[in-house]
Amino acid sequence: MKVMIPTPLRQYAGKQASVELLASTVGEALGSLVSRNPELRKHLFTDDGKLRAFVNVYLNDEDIRYLNKESTRVQESDTISIVPSIAGGSASR
Amino acid sequence: MSIVLKIGKSQFEELRHHGEQTYPHECCGVLLGQINGEGVKHVRAVVRCGNTRVDSPHNRYHIDPRELVGIQRKARESELDIIGFYHSHPDHPARWSQTDLAEAHWIGCSYVITSVEQGRAAQTNSFALAGEEETKEFHDEEITVE
Repeated sequence: MKVMIPTPLRQYAGKQASVELLASTVGEALGSLVSRNPELRKHLFTDDGKLRAFVNVYLNDEDIRYLNKESTRVQESDTISIVPSIAGGSASR
Repeated sequence: MSIVLKIGKSQFEELRHHGEQTYPHECCGVLLGQINGEGVKHVRAVVRCGNTRVDSPHNRYHIDPRELVGIQRKARESELDIIGFYHSHPDHPARWSQTDLAEAHWIGCSYVITSVEQGRAAQTNSFALAGEEETKEFHDEEITVE
């Protein structure tokens, strides 16, 4: 299966736009990704191992939050996309 | 980090015009292109997105990540990358706000902001997001319209 790496994280993944991995769940795929690219870990996960709040993970076109989160099963033909949030505005905080 | 964003005239006008069309609400969209060896970003396409902040569209924007997944997929087919984003500030300066900074996470990408005053696009500025999530900051970026 393929994992799409967003522009800001490619520098921590050997400058690759995507990687091919073998995994049976989303969690396994992300774990394999950071094992191969340790610098990615802190950019994707908090210190207690949870996905950072602004990191969205999609299995094909579905947000894994609405599937089975990191336990979501994956197939060889699937694509995982890592998508940091895009938001903002003129409002003061 | 490079402090130059190059963009074609029609694409530049497109992102400004988008803000006029959505006024008094903020518009938002994606900049597709390439980054060369010196870190200079070249915008090749501008893609409009929907603003999901229907609760406060006059001063907030949010792009549905699902929309980005589709945009990224199509971009890769054309060998383009997401190199930045744009949005508008209705009746507000074309400068990043604390909200803009807090909710910016695409380090290395450009954030282009257009002030739209009384329905007309005024100033457009670009800011490059630098650093890491805990130390991130915006750097002023020169826009070269080609």
